[in-house]
Formats: sequence, C-alpha cells, structure tokens
Amino acid sequence: MPTDAVVRDQTVIAWLTAAEAAVSDRADYLTQLDAAIGDGDHGINMTRGFAAVGKALAGQGDQIPPGRALILAGKTLVSTVGGASGPLWGSALRAAGRSLGDAESFDGEQLADALDAALNAVVDLGAAAPGDKTMVDALGPATEALRARLSNGGSLAEAVDAAAEAAEQGALATVPMQARKGRASYLGERSIGHQDPGATSAALIVRALQQAVAAEG
Amino acid sequence: MKKFLNDPADLVRESLAGLAAAHGDILRVDAEAQIVVRAGAPVQGKVALVSGGGSGHEPLHGGFVGLGMLDAACPGEVFTSPVPDQMLAATKAVDGGAGVVHIVKNYTGDVMNFKLAAEDAADEGIGVESVLVDDDVAVQDSLYTAGRRGVGATVLLEKIAGASAERGDDLATVAGIARRINERARSFGVALSSCTPPAAGKPIFDLPDGEVELGIGIHGEPGRRREALGSAHDLAKVMVDAVAARACCRSSTAWAARPRSSSTCCTTRSRRCCARPAWCRRATSSAATSPRWRWRARR
Repeated sequence: MPTDAVVRDQTVIAWLTAAEAAVSDRADYLTQLDAAIGDGDHGINMTRGFAAVGKALAGQGDQIPPGRALILAGKTLVSTVGGASGPLWGSALRAAGRSLGDAESFDGEQLADALDAALNAVVDLGAAAPGDKTMVDALGPATEALRARLSNGGSLAEAVDAAAEAAEQGALATVPMQARKGRASYLGERSIGHQDPGATSAALIVRALQQAVAAEG
Repeated sequence: MKKFLNDPADLVRESLAGLAAAHGDILRVDAEAQIVVRAGAPVQGKVALVSGGGSGHEPLHGGFVGLGMLDAACPGEVFTSPVPDQMLAATKAVDGGAGVVHIVKNYTGDVMNFKLAAEDAADEGIGVESVLVDDDVAVQDSLYTAGRRGVGATVLLEKIAGASAERGDDLATVAGIARRINERARSFGVALSSCTPPAAGKPIFDLPDGEVELGIGIHGEPGRRREALGSAHDLAKVMVDAVAARACCRSSTAWAARPRSSSTCCTTRSRRCCARPAWCRRATSSAATSPRWRWRARR
C-alpha cells in the first residue's frame, strides 16, 4: 500500500477553499436543480455556509490540525446553513474531523476512514439509504471508490480522483430515482427525471478534495 | 407581485425589529441570536415552550410568543429551518428549571436542527422534550416520504400546550398533552395561487387561473392533484373527506380500504377506535356529520 502521499493541514484548508469556490460558482445551477424538486435555495444556502467556513478558518491562523479544521468547518455549517443541508454537512465534516483527531497529517487509509465517518454521520441523522435520491447516492460511491483504489495499490491522488468520478456518476444516477427522503419525497413519482441537488453539491465537494490533493502534488 | 420590501436579505431581521417595537410589553427580540423571547422569561418553575421554523408563515411563530403560549420562537430565513444555535439560545433563555418543550413541525431540516439543539441542551443539563407536529393528510406517512408535514395543528397545539404549561403542569404532562393534540389533529391545504418568496422574486409554481392545487404544502410543496376550481361546497367536501378519512385512527393499516364517504367512514371508524370512542364520536359529529355543519356547507 503506497503511503508516500499524506494529507496535511494545508490540503484540508485548500479543500474547503475549493469547495467554497465550487458551490459559489455553481450556486445558480444548484438552486435550479432544487427549484425543480425542492424549494430552490440549495445554492444560496450552501454558498452562505461555505463562505462562513472560509471566514472562520481565516480567523484561525496557519497551524490548525486538519481534524480541527474540519470540526470547525462542520460547526460553522451547522450554525449558518439551516435547512437540512446544514446539519447534514455539518455533522459529516465534524465526524470526519473527529475521525482524524489531532494528527498533523494523515494517509489515504485515514482519509478513507474519515470519509466513512462522514457518510455514517449523514446516514445516522438523515436515515437515507442508497437509492433514496440524496447526497448519500454521491458520497456512498465516493467512499467505496476511494477505498477500492487504495486497496488496489493506487496512489492517494488516483484514489481521490476515483472518488470524485464516482461521486459525479452517483449524482447523475439520481436522475431516474424517485425521492424517498427530504422535501423532494413529497413529489413522489414526479421527482423522477431530475438530478438531486444534494447529491450534486456532494459531488462538487468531493471533486474539490481531488483538486486540493492534486495541487498538493 | 407587489410587496412592501427593502433588501430581501434584511427581511427577517427588519420584521423582528418591527415585532419588538410593536409588542415590547409582550416579548423581546434578541437580534444577535435571532430569537423572540417572552417578556419576563424565564418564568421560574414553569415548563417553557420553544418553537421555530422558516420565516414566511407569520404570525408563526414569533407572533405566538407571550403569556399562555410560546416562551420563545426561532425564526429561520424565509422557508429555511433555523439553526441549532438559535434553538439552544432560546432554550437557555426561557428555561425556568422545569424543562423545555420543543415544538417541531415535521420538515426534514426542522427535525434535524432541533435534534442537534436538543442534544446540545441536554449537554448543558436542560431537560428537553421534543414534540413533532405532522397533521397534513395530503402526504402519506410511509417509508417512501419524509412523512406528513406539520401545518395548521401547530397553532392549536401551541395554544393548548401553552395553557397547560401556564397552569403549572410538569414537563411530561405538557409534552403528553401536546402529543395527544397532534395525534388527534388533521389538516388539508388548498391553494388558489403560488406565493412569491422575497429572495426569489417569482412564484414557486404556476397555477393557471381557474385551477386549484389540492393538498398543497405551506412552502408550495406539490399537493395530490390539480383540478378546476369548483364551488366552495365541492371544495369543502374534498377537504373534509380527506381529513375525516385519516382522523382518529392514526396507524391503522386498513385505512385504504375505508369508504370515502365521510359519514360511513366515521361510523366504521368510531367502532374501530375502541380506545377512545367518546372522542371519535364528538370529533366526527362536529367535523363532518352535524346538522350545523351541513347547513353551513349548503350555504
């Protein structure tokens, strides 16, 4: 198992910064997806939350362990986003941060453990199962792909790339699904044919992780 | 749509300032925490009631803060759940040592945020009972949806549970009364037109003139179906039938087989609800079959 590449505090900060840029750039698109099967505020809420995360991290100085940065980001999202996305993403990042603890750097296996913890937190709070047309349909495949690529001898960069690809495919795969959780579930069959906004923003955030790891070299 | 509006981003904050200015004798607004708190809170020894939800449903919930109703309200952004920080601040501001009831309407975001807040409150040693309101029969309560939505019963629940708390009932009693009210309350909404959320500036959905959406949610969630706007009499029958078909027997698996006619349904149901037959008879007679109701419907 290659353990040459490690994730450091700067990588996590770069991830959260890239995530802020991604949800902000795609805010209108996320809001359009949400308007079709939800209440049309997903892009606005996620942008508000990640902008607050950027501010909170900027106030922390340079040296903050990656786990601590994720916990702070999670708390900030819970406090600023509202709706369902705030508690879900907040709990996810807090769980990932707690999984990493106070270590100053971590390897691919630990990253996989952290993403599993994030996914479990989302499932615990939202009780969504695969196929319910939620963010779980992007995060689930992402965590599986990450671990699979690592156990096949892939590098960290290859593994997060596989995870980002799997998350994007997972988001696309929500189109034919009927929503069973959240506001879209009220639509019943009418939710079919629309891409889930939560799965879409989840794919953006996993892609942001890939970009941060790639930039780290 | 014409509105009296400044910057939509300031709407919630400005309306709370207005509420405080108009009703300073009844309540106060903590602008920092974005909560509305009853004047004189906390009331020592009294169970406190906290509710909240997205803004845009006024007078829910801030307008119901005061003697005999809510001790605090947490207004979120328009149609967006408030955050746990607000709920925790409200809970701490009104806890008089007898515990706090969280009244939570059944929406995914509200449920999650209140859950996190209740956990935080427990960490701080405050006893919290959470009561879920889910009275909207337009949504089937099943594994395949987020469950029935909380709508009109919220007002009755806040009033009755508020009176229970005001007379000195303990936490378990107030929460128990609140849950009984929810179990016995059912609602059904009908929309003539869409609302226009201030930030979006355009209607959530298109509803042609001459059509109504039956079973609409309070955020414009789609209902069961659309149909031509008939007479008030016809509309009332659809709504009362929908409510009566789900009243009383909360978790019966046999509801789908029930007759749709409200009067026969009530007869069937009152036999089935042996645990509370007296209430069933009272409720169904007032809601669906009393001469007084028929007289009103005919007019």
